Parts: sequence; C-alpha cells; structure tokens
Amino acid sequence: MDGNPTLEQIARGNGLALCAAGSWTAPFAPVLERIVAEAEALSGTRPNISIDVSAVAKLDTFGAWLIERLRRSLTQGDAEATIAGLSANYSSLVDEVRRVKDPEPAQGGGLGLRAPVERLGRSVAGFVDTIVGLVAMAGAVMAAMLRVLLHPGSFRLTSTIHHLEQVCWRAVPIVMLITFLIGCIVAQQGIFHFRKFGADVFVVDMLGVLVLRELGVLLVAIMVAGRSGSAYTAELGSMKMREEIDALRTMGFDPIDVLIMPRMMALVLAMPILTFLGVVAALYGGGLVAWLYGGVDPDAFLLRLRDAISIDHFTVGMIKAPVMAIVIGIVACVEGLAVEGSAESLGRHTTASVVKGIFFVIVMDGVFAIFFASIGM
Amino acid sequence: MAVEQADAIIRVRDVTVRFGATEVLDKLDLDVKRGEILGFVGPSGAGKSVLTRTIIGLVPKVSGQIEVFGVDLDAANAKERRAVERRWGILFQQGALFSSLTVAQNIQFPVREYLKLSQRLLDEITIAKLGMVGLAPEVADRFPSELSGGMIKRVALARALALDPELVFLDEPTSGLDPIGAGDFDELVRTLQRTLGLTVFMVTHDLDSLHTACDRIAVLGDGKIIAAGTMAEMKASQHPWLRSYFHGKRARAVVGSNTGVV
Ligand SMILES: Nc1ncnc2c1ncn2[C@@H]1O[C@H](COP(=O)(O)OP(=O)(O)OP(=O)(O)O)[C@@H](O)[C@H]1O
Ligand SMILES: [Mg+2]
Repeated sequence: MDGNPTLEQIARGNGLALCAAGSWTAPFAPVLERIVAEAEALSGTRPNISIDVSAVAKLDTFGAWLIERLRRSLTQGDAEATIAGLSANYSSLVDEVRRVKDPEPAQGGGLGLRAPVERLGRSVAGFVDTIVGLVAMAGAVMAAMLRVLLHPGSFRLTSTIHHLEQVCWRAVPIVMLITFLIGCIVAQQGIFHFRKFGADVFVVDMLGVLVLRELGVLLVAIMVAGRSGSAYTAELGSMKMREEIDALRTMGFDPIDVLIMPRMMALVLAMPILTFLGVVAALYGGGLVAWLYGGVDPDAFLLRLRDAISIDHFTVGMIKAPVMAIVIGIVACVEGLAVEGSAESLGRHTTASVVKGIFFVIVMDGVFAIFFASIGM
Repeated sequence: MAVEQADAIIRVRDVTVRFGATEVLDKLDLDVKRGEILGFVGPSGAGKSVLTRTIIGLVPKVSGQIEVFGVDLDAANAKERRAVERRWGILFQQGALFSSLTVAQNIQFPVREYLKLSQRLLDEITIAKLGMVGLAPEVADRFPSELSGGMIKRVALARALALDPELVFLDEPTSGLDPIGAGDFDELVRTLQRTLGLTVFMVTHDLDSLHTACDRIAVLGDGKIIAAGTMAEMKASQHPWLRSYFHGKRARAVVGSNTGVV
C-alpha cells in the first residue's frame, strides 16, 4: 500500500489549501472519514478553499466521494471550494461521484403511540385476511373437487400417489413410534394414580376412550402439520418465488388442479390411515405397559377394552381425521401461495403454516367435541 | 502471501472439472493479466460459468492449480482466503442478491463486513454506487423481488463493486440490459479499469461489449481454451466456431455499425 492518507492545511493568502496525500482508498475509509469530518469544520472560515489532490497516490470511489463531500460542505454561502490537481485518470471517477445527489435527511418517525396501535390494527386486519384466505382456498378446492367429479379423467393420479408416499408411507414409522410412546406414558400415569384408590383396571377404559376419540387423531394431526404441512408450504412457496406458479398459469394450468388438489387428496387419504395406525400403536403400547408395569395380563386387557369402548369411539376419531387433513392442507397451501420474493418470507410463512395448522386443528377438535356431545355420540 | 506475478492476476493451469461422468473442463490453461478486461466467450453450456465458479472456489476441481493474486486458494489458510476475497467482486449470472435485504443493505453488506464506517458514509457510498450503475437513489429501499431483471443485474454489479475490488468476475453482465444501458455499462467498466486499474473477467455473449470494452478475448470450447487474443486475432482465426461467431449475421451487423472501433 502507498501509505496512510493525510490532509494537510496550508494557508495561502486569504485562502486555504487542503493538500491530500497517500492512499484515498477503501481500506483506509474509516481514517478518511475522520479526516474529512475534521476538515469539514473549516466550512465558512475562509472565502476560498482549494482541495489539492495532486499528491494522492491512489484513489477509488470511497476516496473520490469523500473529497467530493468535502468540497460540497466547504462550498457554503459565497465561499467556493475547488478541487485542484486532479489527474486525467481520476477526473472521470470524480465526475462519476459528482452526479450523486445529496441524500435527503431521513424522515422522523410519528408519535410514540402510533406504531403499536398501527401494529395492533394490522394484526387484527391480518387475522381477518387469514380467515378470508382460508375460506377462499376451501372454496377453490371444493370447486376443483367438483370439476374432478365431473371429469374424472382430469384427476392427477400419479402426482397424488407421489404425495401419498411422501406424507403417508414415509410418515408411518415416526407416527407409530410417537403414538406408541404416548400410549405407554398414558397407561403408566393412569396405573400409577388409579392404583391409589384401587382402580387400576379402569386405566384400560381411560386409554381406550382417550386414544380412540382424542389423542390418536390429535397427535397424528399435529405431527402431520409439522411434517407435511410445512413441506407443502415450503414447496409451494419456493415455486411461487421462482415464478414457477406463474409459468403454470400462463400455460393454461390451474395451480389448484395441478399442485393443490393432489396434495390435498394425499393428505385426506393419509390422515385416516395414519390415525388408525397411530391408535393401534398407542393401544399396543398402553397394553404392554399395563401388562409389564400394572400386571394386567393381555387377555384381561382385551376383555376390558372390548367392554369399555364401542364402535362410536372409533368412528368419532375416524370422522375427525379427514377434516383435520383438510384444515392442515388448506392452511399449508394458503401460506405457500402467500410467499413473496424473499427467503425470509418463505421462512415466515412456513412457520405460520405449522403454527396456524396446529391452532386450527385444536379449534376444530373443540368444535367436534361439542358436536358429538350434543348428538350423544 | 506468495510473490505476486506482475503480469498474471489469475493463473489457471491444467484444470479439470467433472460432474459425474461429464467432463466440463479438460486440462484448461488460462492467464488473466493485471489491468486487462478479458472477454470470455463460448457456446451455451460450454462451461464458462463453471470455470468462473471454479476460479472463485465454488466448484471443486478434479486436478490442476489455480492462483489468484499469486495465492493458491487450495493451499491458503482462512486468513489468506479472506484477504483475497476482500479484493475481488463477483457478479453472478442470476444476480444472487440477498432476497430478504433491501438494495441498499445488499450493497452495504460486504462494506460493513470489512470496514467500520458511519451509517451516513455507507448511505452516501450506496447512492454513489447506484449512480455508477445507472440506478436512481429511490431504488435503495426496494427489495430484490420488486426489481426488474435488468435492475437486478445492476444492483448485483453495484454490490460486486462495493469494496472497489481490484478484480471483478462478471457473468453475463449485459444480458437483460437494454442496449443503451449495456453501452453505459461497457463505458463504466472502461472508466473503472482506467481509474482504479481494475482487472475484469467478463463472460459475455454481447458482441458490442467484446468490441468496445474488452482488451482480449478468450474462447472456450470442448473444455479447453481454443483461442485467446485481441479482437483482430479472433476475426482472423480460421476456427469454424470462431468464424461463425465473429462473422455471422449478427456479428456483421455489429461490425458494420462499429467500424473504426476495432
Ligand atoms: N452443478 C452441476 N451439476 C451437473 N452439471 C452441471 C452443474 N453445473 C453445470 N453443469 C453442466 O456443466 C456444463 C457447463 O455449464 P455452464 O453453466 O458453465 O455453461 P455456460 O458456458 O456458462 O453457458 P451459458 O452461456 O448458457 O451460461 C453444462 O453442460 C451444465 O449442464
Ligand atoms: Mg453461464
């Protein structure tokens, strides 16, 4: 490097010459900024100031801009600052930065109270938008479903099978493992606490009803929202980002038919299957714990289970499963299509997809509880 | 740091690159001299982008040696690598702007990393860089997804030039620019080369750029450099691809309007 940059002040008659020397380049920019700020303080002290750059060894845009900025701040009122000694090489560089307009001072923020109120308003409006978006998507999917019913040939079977493999077949091990463990835990807790008043055997009733009606389907829905809902959002979102969805539209395809229907169908088929497998795994786990930890042997367990539960309990769980699938699928697709250009937006919508998916699953479960209670099921 | 060769800022020797079974570069040799603007041409899919990415170190090579600023990047430690990376700027073919940052933040990103500057100076430099690539200051607050294709190219160039590097790699900088913008761009590259002593490695299909901006042209074909030299030498070459490239219908139109430049 050609040495540290300097800016020397030399009085010349009633004027002043600022002699710049050294490297006025990016690596020295922090030093240069300080030097120039000091020199800017001279503004208005002398009628004419010239900035002599003939001794500058190296100049780049950082240096050129700082010299230009110095010239501008020294040119105030009737005082005129000039740049002297500019070599032909560097003059075009200074010309480039000379075209830069002075940046406008940033606008001050509004009243302190405004921002939080505005945020609150926006989030309320955002919630309304969410509901509207979900309903619109549900309508679009239903219309697509009707189209498929009218023209069964247009159904995308290959794509649906592909997604079915992703969301159902590949999810089986993890779903069964987790429901098995939850079944074990519920049974263990039940036995531990019921034993205090000698009601060990009722753990079978509790396990059966809880798993068939609520736990099985809820656990599976939450796992599916986290596993497949997020994947749907990320897939659709990155397609949206790269204009792939626009490309589909321009080729005369409806993204709902091509992208969303197969995914929804796969999910609607997958949820009952996974729920059934999950329930079996949970009951198996519970039975195992009841036997090994609670001393309820398998025959007694099965006999008790047969008495405790009716087909209604099983039906309730199975009715809920496809509805949960629709909720998760619609939330995931709406979020995926809402992704904008940036990677950050993709991340935000994927998170929102999982959070909203789980939220709506639980809300739906509550609605179902009221419904089934009132029809006595 | 190793001793820098006075002439060659990039020195590529015997470089072979393969993807699976397909050999993209085959024992390729190339020198880029300090202070020159090298235009790099070749058919689509010949491996121009791959060579650029190999030099930068993004694509692993099977064999061969690459020195940039006299430093062999394979042998360099992290500190030496950073020192080299500080001195080059790269414009990717697709722009590669950070989508979650605004234009201004994109340009300031490398500057912030290497220099401690006040926000005011950062903003001013950003506007200066935007001005250089022909964009208005208003663009600074937009996000990349809100820009046109040509604007993305310009912002990416501004980011590549943010630290006033000594060497820039440009992958098709003028594709997607209107002809006037492309002309300004060539002018800008020339100005920067004159004033900052910039070395430019430019992949391009733009015959105008090759005529007006480039000092030397290298041609890639079949994984090798099939020719390198000035525009006049390229035109005199008898190689069939070069003949159709520089004497084809489009080339004649350009040459016709540019007589005197060559
Ligand atoms: N990551 C990769 N994996 C496999 N093959 C690749 C990869 N990247 C590039 N290729 C192949 O290497 C070859 C050279 O590609 P490259 O992008 O360098 O072409 P190019 O010369 O830049 O073309 P263009 O002028 O169209 O940009 C192509 O055949 C491409 O398919
Ligand atoms: Mg390329």
